[in-house]
Amino acid sequence: MNVNQSVPPVPSFGQPQPVYPGYHQSSYGGQSGSTAPTIPYGAYNGPVPGYQQTPPQGMSRAPPSSGAPPASTAQAPCGQAAYGQFGQGDIQNGPSSTVQMQRLPGSQPFGSPLAPVGNQPAVLQPYGPPPTSAQVTAQLSGMQISGAVAPAPPSSGLGYGPPTSLASASGSFPNSGLYGSYPQGQASPLSQAQGHPGIQTPQRSAPSQASGFTPPASGGPRLPSMTGPLLPGQSFGGPSVSQPNHVSSPPPQALPPGTQMTGPLGPLPPMHSPQQPGYQPQQNGSFGPARGPQPNYGSPYPAAPTFGSQSGPQPLPPKRLDPDAIPSPIQVIEDDRNNRGTEPFVTGVRGQVPPLVTTNFLVKDQGNASPRYIRCTSYNIPCTSDMAKQAQVPLAAVIKPLASLPPEEASPYVVDHGESGPLRCNRCKAYMCPFMQFIEGGRRFQCCFCSCINDVPPQYFQHLDHTGKRVDAYDRPELSLGSYEFLATVDYCKNNKFPSPPAFIFMIDVSYNAIRTGLVRLLCEELKSLLDFLPREGGAEESAIRVGFVTYNKVLHFYNVKSSLAQPQMMVVSDVADMFVPLLDGFLVNVNESRAVITSLLDQIPEMFADTRETETVFVPVIQAGMEALKAAECAGKLFLFHTSLPIAEAPGKLKNRDDRKLINTDKEKTLFQPQTGAYQTLAKECVAQGCCVDLFLFPNQYVDVATLSVVPQLTGGSVYKYACFQVENDQERFLSDLRRDVQKVVGFDAVMRVRTSTGIRAVDFFGAFYMSNTTDVELAGLDGDKTVTVEFKHDDRLNEESGALLQCALLYTSCAGQRRLRIHNLALNCCTQLADLYRNCETDTLINYMAKFAYRGVLNSPVKAVRDTLITQCAQILACYRKNCASPSSAGQLILPECMKLLPVYLNCVLKSDVLQPGAEITTDDRAYVRQLVTSMDVAETNVFFYPRLLPLTKSPIESTTEPPAVRASEERLSNGDMYLLENGLNLFLWVGASVQQGVVQSLFSVSSFSQITSGLSVLPVLDNPLSKKVRGLIDSLRAQRSRYMKLIVVKQEDKLEMLFKHFLVEDKSLSGGASYVDFLCHMHKEIRQLLS
Amino acid sequence: MATYLEFIQQNEERDGVRFSWNVWPSSRLEATRMVVPLACLLTPLKERPDLPPVQYEPVLCSRPTCKAVLNPLCQVDYRAKLWACNFCFQRNQFPPAYGGISEVNQPAELMPQFSTIEYMIQRGAQSPLIFLYVVDTCLEEDDLQALKESLQMSLSLLPPDALVGLITFGRMVQVHELSCEGISKSYVFRGTKDLTAKQIQDMLGLTKPAMPMQQARPVQPQEHPFASTRFLQPVHKIDMNLTDLLGELQRDPWPVTQGKRPLRSTGVALSIAVGLLEGTFPNTGARIMLFTGGPPTQGPGMVVGDELKIPIRSWHDIEKDNARFMKKATKHYEMLANRTAANGHCIDIYACALDQTGLLEMKCCANLTGGYMVMGDSFNTSLFKQTFQRIFTKDFNGDFRMAFGATLDVKTSRELKIAGAIGPCVSLNVKGPCVSENELGVGGTSQWKICGLDPTSTLGIYFEVVNQHNAPIPQGGRGAIQFVTHYQHSSTQRRIRVTTIARNWADVQSQLRHIEAAFDQEAAAVLMARLGVFRAESEEGPDVLRWLDRQLIRLCQKFGQYNKEDPTSFRLSDSFSLYPQFMFHLRRSPFLQVFNNSPDESSYYRHHFARQDLTQSLIMIQPILYSYSFHGPPEPVLLDSSSILADRILLMDTFFQIVIYLGETIAQWRKAGYQDMPEYENFKHLLQAPLDDAQEILQARFPMPRYINTEHGGSQARFLLSKVNPSQTHNNLYAWGQETGAPILTDDVSLQVFMDHLKKLAVSSAC
Repeated sequence: MNVNQSVPPVPSFGQPQPVYPGYHQSSYGGQSGSTAPTIPYGAYNGPVPGYQQTPPQGMSRAPPSSGAPPASTAQAPCGQAAYGQFGQGDIQNGPSSTVQMQRLPGSQPFGSPLAPVGNQPAVLQPYGPPPTSAQVTAQLSGMQISGAVAPAPPSSGLGYGPPTSLASASGSFPNSGLYGSYPQGQASPLSQAQGHPGIQTPQRSAPSQASGFTPPASGGPRLPSMTGPLLPGQSFGGPSVSQPNHVSSPPPQALPPGTQMTGPLGPLPPMHSPQQPGYQPQQNGSFGPARGPQPNYGSPYPAAPTFGSQSGPQPLPPKRLDPDAIPSPIQVIEDDRNNRGTEPFVTGVRGQVPPLVTTNFLVKDQGNASPRYIRCTSYNIPCTSDMAKQAQVPLAAVIKPLASLPPEEASPYVVDHGESGPLRCNRCKAYMCPFMQFIEGGRRFQCCFCSCINDVPPQYFQHLDHTGKRVDAYDRPELSLGSYEFLATVDYCKNNKFPSPPAFIFMIDVSYNAIRTGLVRLLCEELKSLLDFLPREGGAEESAIRVGFVTYNKVLHFYNVKSSLAQPQMMVVSDVADMFVPLLDGFLVNVNESRAVITSLLDQIPEMFADTRETETVFVPVIQAGMEALKAAECAGKLFLFHTSLPIAEAPGKLKNRDDRKLINTDKEKTLFQPQTGAYQTLAKECVAQGCCVDLFLFPNQYVDVATLSVVPQLTGGSVYKYACFQVENDQERFLSDLRRDVQKVVGFDAVMRVRTSTGIRAVDFFGAFYMSNTTDVELAGLDGDKTVTVEFKHDDRLNEESGALLQCALLYTSCAGQRRLRIHNLALNCCTQLADLYRNCETDTLINYMAKFAYRGVLNSPVKAVRDTLITQCAQILACYRKNCASPSSAGQLILPECMKLLPVYLNCVLKSDVLQPGAEITTDDRAYVRQLVTSMDVAETNVFFYPRLLPLTKSPIESTTEPPAVRASEERLSNGDMYLLENGLNLFLWVGASVQQGVVQSLFSVSSFSQITSGLSVLPVLDNPLSKKVRGLIDSLRAQRSRYMKLIVVKQEDKLEMLFKHFLVEDKSLSGGASYVDFLCHMHKEIRQLLS
Repeated sequence: MATYLEFIQQNEERDGVRFSWNVWPSSRLEATRMVVPLACLLTPLKERPDLPPVQYEPVLCSRPTCKAVLNPLCQVDYRAKLWACNFCFQRNQFPPAYGGISEVNQPAELMPQFSTIEYMIQRGAQSPLIFLYVVDTCLEEDDLQALKESLQMSLSLLPPDALVGLITFGRMVQVHELSCEGISKSYVFRGTKDLTAKQIQDMLGLTKPAMPMQQARPVQPQEHPFASTRFLQPVHKIDMNLTDLLGELQRDPWPVTQGKRPLRSTGVALSIAVGLLEGTFPNTGARIMLFTGGPPTQGPGMVVGDELKIPIRSWHDIEKDNARFMKKATKHYEMLANRTAANGHCIDIYACALDQTGLLEMKCCANLTGGYMVMGDSFNTSLFKQTFQRIFTKDFNGDFRMAFGATLDVKTSRELKIAGAIGPCVSLNVKGPCVSENELGVGGTSQWKICGLDPTSTLGIYFEVVNQHNAPIPQGGRGAIQFVTHYQHSSTQRRIRVTTIARNWADVQSQLRHIEAAFDQEAAAVLMARLGVFRAESEEGPDVLRWLDRQLIRLCQKFGQYNKEDPTSFRLSDSFSLYPQFMFHLRRSPFLQVFNNSPDESSYYRHHFARQDLTQSLIMIQPILYSYSFHGPPEPVLLDSSSILADRILLMDTFFQIVIYLGETIAQWRKAGYQDMPEYENFKHLLQAPLDDAQEILQARFPMPRYINTEHGGSQARFLLSKVNPSQTHNNLYAWGQETGAPILTDDVSLQVFMDHLKKLAVSSAC
């Protein structure tokens, strides 16, 4: 814990040297003398040399100071040596079959590397001395950490150090080579690296290749990202070098587990190295030493190539001390983008880890579902539940069945099997898919999920070719693609009747609040034009969707807008206790036919209620009314509810104001997230049964109990939008933009999703916006392209390495045009008997997605503190298991992270610090509930940016460049007061203006002459005709376009009141609400891991 | 006798009163031996063109329990300016305004010819009449169209300041707001849920008289006391709106699947109508006019389920206790009727459908509130259209022939007590010294409420003589009864009509002749019939018949002249001679016989029987038959099968039906087209004569009777054949093959047989 608190800003890996110190100092820093820490760090850092040396120190503890120096010195030399070592490492890797072995050596190199970091000698020295010198808190902190760790590390250090270092080294090799060439002493790293690569690769490749990742390139990219920050130069070089290597051998495993950031603290530098190597090797990256080790890993793992690329970064780390030494999300993202963003991701191969969500890539469907539809926490599943338990890595898939695709990718083919309907396995009912095995000359097929042998119906019969494949395999999407759709037959329809086209019902609060804010007028005006853009299917000329209108305060007003009427008819239903729909004919109408009446109605609504004094509203009856209307019309549909206040009118679902901040941090805190009454759940169930999806737009001025109100949208697959203190002038654009998108987006209605798995695993838990009446069927009244369902799997039997594991997600839904369809997504995963394989094929972003949802659901039932502890524990277990089983033996003081999971701590920390799990004083109960439910159906990309916001400097990149500027890490340290930054997390968008931004820039962007004249809190940038203004506005627009919700811009000036708000999103820093800084948390995590290991 | 007949007629014309006995037996014991109770038929608002209302208020007896109105029977001391109440003998001071009173300067109410007098009360705010249309939309298209037109037409007939409201119902119930521009607005209620008046008013936003509005414009509510009732608006303000609204009225849009009845929420619609008026205009004249085209099929008051395969209850089901919904529905409508009555509103039911519409269950709504009940086959018939139109006819003063919210207060001199009343009224439960413990009809009170009445509404009021045998009334003593009717005239004035009558007491022993002679057998028949029908509502048919028979036999025993055990010697005096015949036809009437009638029809017939005046009632009991022939002018003939002759045209008026029946020969002639030949113009005239007469009856009758034009052998001839006395049937062969009359295929006994039996029983000493 101390660690966390102490956490001073830690440099990113990029600056390896600083980092190391940083770690030690930081974590410990808080504590005592930097000296002590330093030593340990030293130990860490210099995995190799350091370790060796340090161990003793660590043991002694006292020596910190001395330790430090040694470290530094050691490092310096080592650094060089390290490089050399890297090279060696690589070599070792290559040759050494066993990871550990390699690692060991690697680790040593690392140690040396770090120190050595010949490149940044200066820095190193400081480190060494750090404790003493200004270097700083970071270093200090690092020192401290190390200190804490130190004791252990040292001892282990000796032993472990080497291994880890080796591993990392191996990884680094390639990278290092690259990197080396770049910034730092190219000489050492590069040369070494290069040398290594060449050698290593071949060797590695042989073994690793098996994995078959062809695209070494991809591996490469990642590495770069890692390195990027650190040593761009190197990275470049690295990549080239590494790639070759990779190509040759590793491709298969390209993914190389980014493994290991070994070096806990001292380690930072190592960390870097580890990472790089780590990737390749996959295993441990000890922070400091890691690098060294990595190489080793690399070798063991075929993945080496990828690592290689990653390794690039490693070189950098060594040099700096600061936070840059710890794994940087920015770096990882950047690397992946560079390495994997260029070539399409082809899904033909089982168990491939797709590029990160932040990477822009194309997908070619060759039999597995695109990662846009399904992402897994791991693409390599342990064969046994024991292994899975040991690893504690959740096995989960994040499924977005109706994900929208970029225009370059074709949407799933629709297959029509006529009256017989889709072909399915008789026993498990799985749908025909590419994995089904045709036998007996094509007369039968064996189900790939349950092994049942089924007859092929005559009309489906086709001969097999010599490979046992059906001759028509490539003519049939269901035999060749991962994702496709079937037209459903009447058997798949409710009541055995084909559904009628769905309907949209707009239900507008017309109580005093809604009228006063101008919301009703705005909304009615917008609806007039928006109704022309209802979703339509394919090339349909007009949407099949019918619309209806309801207004309400404490009574409901239905409108008859039948086309034959001269004027609309209003029907008031005041019997809110027992809701019903007063009319059938004329309520739901075709927009074009009834346009005149609708327009007249929308014109009149604001007038009719202009003088209202009614402040009370109802809620449950409104939804009930919509649901009943759909029921009466016998169709599915969606309600758009525009609501302003806590429903206190006498009616079912009446709510009390129960907001009580005193409950925070008590056992009763969970009640704040729970609905007040059961009425909402009951209603939601009825809605689901009817296929009635509810989208809720809230415009609260005060507490409205989002936790309760959002129950129905949540369970019906709807969305909640919240515009606190809505004012037309300020929030109009945001609201209208959200509304437009929400109305226009393609939705599937009345859906049922079922996830089938091959024998051995089973879907056991589901997260998202839906309802489940049994344990297998996910029922969604509505499902749009933004909604995601996260599914957790558990073993119920042994898996087979050869056959792997299959997932089939089948979604039965009604399209916008009222067509009943089945969308099928198939995904094949590998199975492994080695934990290392698991760790090498993980995806941290998905893991975080799962863990966040798990935790956010947990707060409903457990105290928040318990939830946080569970998360930390699980994370520690995951990492400890890795350390124990996969990382090469190294000092216990080394923090060794799997390459693929090296961002786990930073991301997890963001989750822990999030408003739901650790609310700040300014966060309202409603906000927490709102965020909680939002996250529940977020996809991986959304959670990624939500938890770790993007921070983009505006003036760094050349003004002509059209691409997004490279992001920087979310820490105040990264902000330069002479620059401006955009920060976005998918919900919020800030423009931070440094106090000493050039006047010209201010002028050209804000049209005012000086910084002081900029209006704080500004939400719109003036439209100015100059390149900078255009560029910034363009950038803002493009950011908004990437997100499913419109982000309202807030301009924040440095040193302004609003800055507090902004700083809340600098997630690597310590937060006001008590959230740990990245560095502190990392230290804490390390401590936890060590505890587990001991 | 002539004198008594004249007396009776005169009294009826002046006071609208017909007593069963016009000389009263002076003791309780003897009165009970008279068999037919002392009772009267009172037509409270009998039209008196010659009686202009006086413009002041009545003078009341000051005794709080009496409060009788000053009348010609009171003794007046002109010098002391005192008058003695003739009911309680309280001496009262005349009010100051009567200061100038003297023998030669009498106020109208003291003049004998003003035994009935009408006072106009100027006090109190006048509230407009209210007409609330409750319209079923589950109709066939043309039916609905016809109804819409009728309703639109009716707007032009209403007084311009009358308030109108519109409620439509089908599966849902919609209360229409009438003063909306640009958008038509209505409040909708679920048709399956009963709501309390409070809930209804809450939901219609009536309880808080638009609080915001008050805040905004605090003065207005006072200026417009009715501003808050958006649902009831003056005709002149919204007739265009309402006409459009009615024009746009659509059939109930909810789909009705094959084999189902439309869901019709009559019960809730009525409940809402009642609740709406209850909340907004209690105790002012209002008509709720229910137009329905079928039985209520859901919610409270449902009469039959929506499954067509299960038919609506029949008498058979009711006897077998198989009518599932009847009790509950009846209870619902009774509750509504009582509430409505308490508010002084009335409910009309216009039910037009080929099948039953649940009048049996709903009858109390009209019965208890004095509303109309109209039954027809379709809204698209002249029967409905003209009946409906006739509701809005005006009298010689240009006022509607309707009055609202009446209370009838009956006061008797102390030898008499009030046993009860039968008619379109509810008890106000006012106990008093003149209320008898024995109830006949609606008893236990001296006041009744009649929420809606018209000039022909007639109540049967039953009395009990309580004078003890041992306290004889002195010779020449007179008993008095005063009927005080407070009501709201259709011109919205409050009025009071006071009728005071007196009759001589007579000692039965010594003056039986007088009493006999003063027997009004027509009134007695109707009054007994009302009692019988009243009993029939709650008792088994056969019991009622037995009771009637016993009464008849006892009457014959009492007043017949005969030798014991010698039926042939039996004679009845003239004043009793027709009575048995009335009873014979009454026994066969649809009021007591349910065979061949649906429960709805029975209810319909009984409803009208209980409110029509004596003449109409007699027609109902014993239809009138006129015969047209070349032999002379039209003549009334016996309601007997022997009157059905080949060369006659018969016109029968049963009140509910007008039947024109062409005898066999006439029919053949007509078929041959003689009426079109110039030389047979007299035949043409003969054919035309009954048509003209029928038109005359049709014009005057409310509700419009069913008009049936048939001929010998025509299927509709059954209406005639079922009514005539079956003197010739296939059973009594002696008439068979003869020229006269037509045999009726029935096993019913003929009048002759009936009389024979009666005589036998009357002279038998066994009873």
